[in-house]
Amino acid sequence: MSGANAHAQAAHHPEHAHHDQEPLKILGFWIFLVTDCLLFATLFATYSVLRTHTAGGPLPSELFDVPGFVAETFILLTSSFTSGLATLAMGQRSVRGLIGWLAVTAALGAAFVGLEVNEFVHLAGEGATIATNAYWSAFFTLVGTHGMHVSFGLIWMIALMAQIGRRGITNVTRRKVTVIGLYWHFLDVVWIFLFTVVYLLGVM
Amino acid sequence: MDTSHFFVTGDPLIYGADVAIVITSVAIVFALTYFKKWGWLWREWITTVDHKKIGIMYLIASLLMLFRGGVDALLMRAQLALPNMKFLQAEHYNEIFTTHGTIMILFMAMPMMFALFNMVVPLQIGARDVAYPFLNAVSFWLFFVGAMLFNLSFVIGGSPDAGWLSYPPLSELSHSPGVGENFYIWGIQISGIGSLATGINFLVTILKMRAPGMKLMQMPLFSWSVLASCITIIFAFPILTVTLALLFVDRFFGAHFFTMLDGGNPMMYVNLIWMWGHPEVYIVVLPAFGIYSEVVSTFAKKKIFGYKSMVFSMMIISVLSFFTWAHHFFTMGAGADVNAFFAISTMAIGIPTGVKVFNWLFTLFRGRITLSQPMLWTLAFVPCFAVGGATGVMLAVAPADYQYHNSYFLIAHFHQVLIGGVVFGYLAGIYYWWPKLFGFKLNERLGRWAFWLWNIGFYVCFMPQYALGFMGMTRRVYTYGWDMGWAPYNIVSSIGAVLMGAGFLFQVAQIVYSFKNGEKDTTGDPWNGRTLEWSIPSPPPVYNFARIPEVTSADAWWKRKQDRLAGKPEPEPAPLAPIHMPKNSGIPFIFACFWFVAGFGFVFHWVWMAVAGLVGVGVCLLVRSFQYDTDYYIPVDEIKRTEARSGRAV
Amino acid sequence: MAQPNAKGGIRVVHGGGGHGEAHESHDPHESHGSLKAYVIGFILSIVLTIIPIALVLNHALERKPLIAVIVGFAVVQFLVQLFFFMHIREGEKPRFNAMALVLGMVITLTIVAGSMWIMSFNSVVQ
Repeated sequence: MSGANAHAQAAHHPEHAHHDQEPLKILGFWIFLVTDCLLFATLFATYSVLRTHTAGGPLPSELFDVPGFVAETFILLTSSFTSGLATLAMGQRSVRGLIGWLAVTAALGAAFVGLEVNEFVHLAGEGATIATNAYWSAFFTLVGTHGMHVSFGLIWMIALMAQIGRRGITNVTRRKVTVIGLYWHFLDVVWIFLFTVVYLLGVM
Repeated sequence: MDTSHFFVTGDPLIYGADVAIVITSVAIVFALTYFKKWGWLWREWITTVDHKKIGIMYLIASLLMLFRGGVDALLMRAQLALPNMKFLQAEHYNEIFTTHGTIMILFMAMPMMFALFNMVVPLQIGARDVAYPFLNAVSFWLFFVGAMLFNLSFVIGGSPDAGWLSYPPLSELSHSPGVGENFYIWGIQISGIGSLATGINFLVTILKMRAPGMKLMQMPLFSWSVLASCITIIFAFPILTVTLALLFVDRFFGAHFFTMLDGGNPMMYVNLIWMWGHPEVYIVVLPAFGIYSEVVSTFAKKKIFGYKSMVFSMMIISVLSFFTWAHHFFTMGAGADVNAFFAISTMAIGIPTGVKVFNWLFTLFRGRITLSQPMLWTLAFVPCFAVGGATGVMLAVAPADYQYHNSYFLIAHFHQVLIGGVVFGYLAGIYYWWPKLFGFKLNERLGRWAFWLWNIGFYVCFMPQYALGFMGMTRRVYTYGWDMGWAPYNIVSSIGAVLMGAGFLFQVAQIVYSFKNGEKDTTGDPWNGRTLEWSIPSPPPVYNFARIPEVTSADAWWKRKQDRLAGKPEPEPAPLAPIHMPKNSGIPFIFACFWFVAGFGFVFHWVWMAVAGLVGVGVCLLVRSFQYDTDYYIPVDEIKRTEARSGRAV
Repeated sequence: MAQPNAKGGIRVVHGGGGHGEAHESHDPHESHGSLKAYVIGFILSIVLTIIPIALVLNHALERKPLIAVIVGFAVVQFLVQLFFFMHIREGEKPRFNAMALVLGMVITLTIVAGSMWIMSFNSVVQ
């Protein structure tokens, strides 16, 4: 049975309704994002409870670098925007546009991670490490988990760019771009709360 | 016993286990080689993505774990049977109650539940598989590897001994410097990822893959219970993941989340772990409720009473279970207002459960009842769970709980609801759906012996424990003196445990015996069932349904049978079409193996190994991402041949 | 395209290649948004970020009201991202993803607020 034939019957067969795996995978990913949200919620809860447990160690208000975290915020926000531009390019069937904007997104993401690593190194140098006190344990774990999510997303994005380069824009690669787009926007949403609860509150 | 070496030394029980492990492993390898079954094992089981086979693997694993958890229980009851027993040292006793609890909940009840999900749900909703078959296999192998890691601690490195929930500061490096705790954390973490994935998988399956025409409010109640349970799984497991991760970060990186010094707060752990822990018990009990609905309806030959209220009550329970967690630590000192809120929410959650019990009873009323094995277990559940639930309401009264907390009263309560509610339910489900998966029924006579031994044994074991709780016997004590007056109750309780153990042995005998001599299920519908899974052969073909059924009402199979009896004309069946199936894959297994390597490395602080394992995990994900050729079609003539083999015309 | 497999059955390759191209016509499941939506979302997000920063750095309010305000801005920006970037309103009905999200938010609030409430007695113990 040839592929074309099988799909000619698609409209008439309840069987084929189940072939359209792609919306199923997008729904599943939304649900996964909700679970990831709860993961961060638990980390936020822990941070909020341990926020004042500095046990004589260095305070966030002493060590946070305002230009640093503001820059991180705008870089990540912009990368969220460019991932949207990538989706638009995909809608216009432009493989070059899609890969191009994904590359810009990834570059911005890498810049974000670079700044964050730099920040962590600086903090450690000032005597604030994950083992210093409960506050810093919570800080590094919460912010670090977000950073790990971003790093993981970068590897995934590069892998996806390779697949699109090879296969072009198909139903499957379209779904994959949608999924990574959702992931990337989600990470920016988490950052909004991180930025507010950790950094802004920390410098108050 | 010495756990400071890599291999645990100094304890005859453990040496015995070492020998048993080696002998069994060698025997398995020898048998596979001699009968040339390695290829078969790889093709048919290790790389399968078929939900039915995955279900069977979960079932086998859970029964093996029931054995280990049960042995732990018997060891404890032996030690406690009389005052001042010297059978187990305190340290060893601590390890045993820790592994007993962890195994029974996380490595016995959860996989047994996933076995039932996998065996039944796609068949019940008229689907060919779950939404994500590959992910389903990943879930199983992650569970398997997590369980392996946890079980390995017995002979390598030493078991954890800080209780099944591992409270800090006892579980911190300061008080548990060995590797046992690390095995605990990683065994559960790895297995937990699998559980979360299963929650997502079955949620999407039920929402999106029901047979055409099957509205949600026409779906069988077991599938509804799975839906409710999955919603709870999805929201609860991330909390567990984080909590254990934080404990590990404390132990591995020297952080201070839950340490005694430098700002740590061990009580935050208690808060977080129960935010998962309470929903967890509803995760396991909801599917049992679903099973009871199926069994009661089938074996009373009556439509379930109050279908809508059954659905609403399960959904309410699934959400409300997130608002009761602090009742596990009323005595921790959060204050009267906190305690009052959670006392009320806890009592409230008893209401929907009560509704369900009444609905089951109303279904039985004026039904034509068959006392099959599933029905026996269901009937036994009713009084058992009612008592357990009532003692739960007693515990919910916060001021009173100051007396009962962490006493044997608590132990009796939770065993009553877990055994009477969850275990009885899962056993009923296993007896009920066994013929569908295996093609034969489990022997009645041996089953009845097992049933009575379990039931009588249960009450003999746990009723005295309520009294012991009132008399002040605390949980987790490894011995007690003659002067406490607890001895008579303890010896009776231990006798009860032996009876339950005997019941389990009868079940093992029942399974072995029935493989050869069990009554074959030749029709696919051994119980005159009401739902779609009984409309296909036993065991089902790999694709489940040759044609996806069209559904027009609840109890779809019952309706079709009634229509046939009434002589109603059946609609012209649609022509057969090639069936789209997912390909097998070795990646889930290999992925899980890399997680094992990573976990093992983290346990022993061998960073090179941990990193190697994680890199392997990443590579597996990338390889899968680049795989596009993941499905195939079963041609029509193969469908016809398969159906003919089961005596079905198409 | 159909390919014979080793066992003699027919195996159809899915997803990539010619087969996938057959689905090139507009996929109803795809949510695209428009350039306008993304640009508006971007600008709104920038504004919703700058204001809280300015408020905090200038100590514009007392502590408690200031916290409430910046958290409020974060929530609004979350909604902007949700509607303008993540297209929560598109997709096929019933919108299970939106339901999951709403319930998730309720549980999120419970986890964070519940933990803070329960652990608040700590201020006495500290």
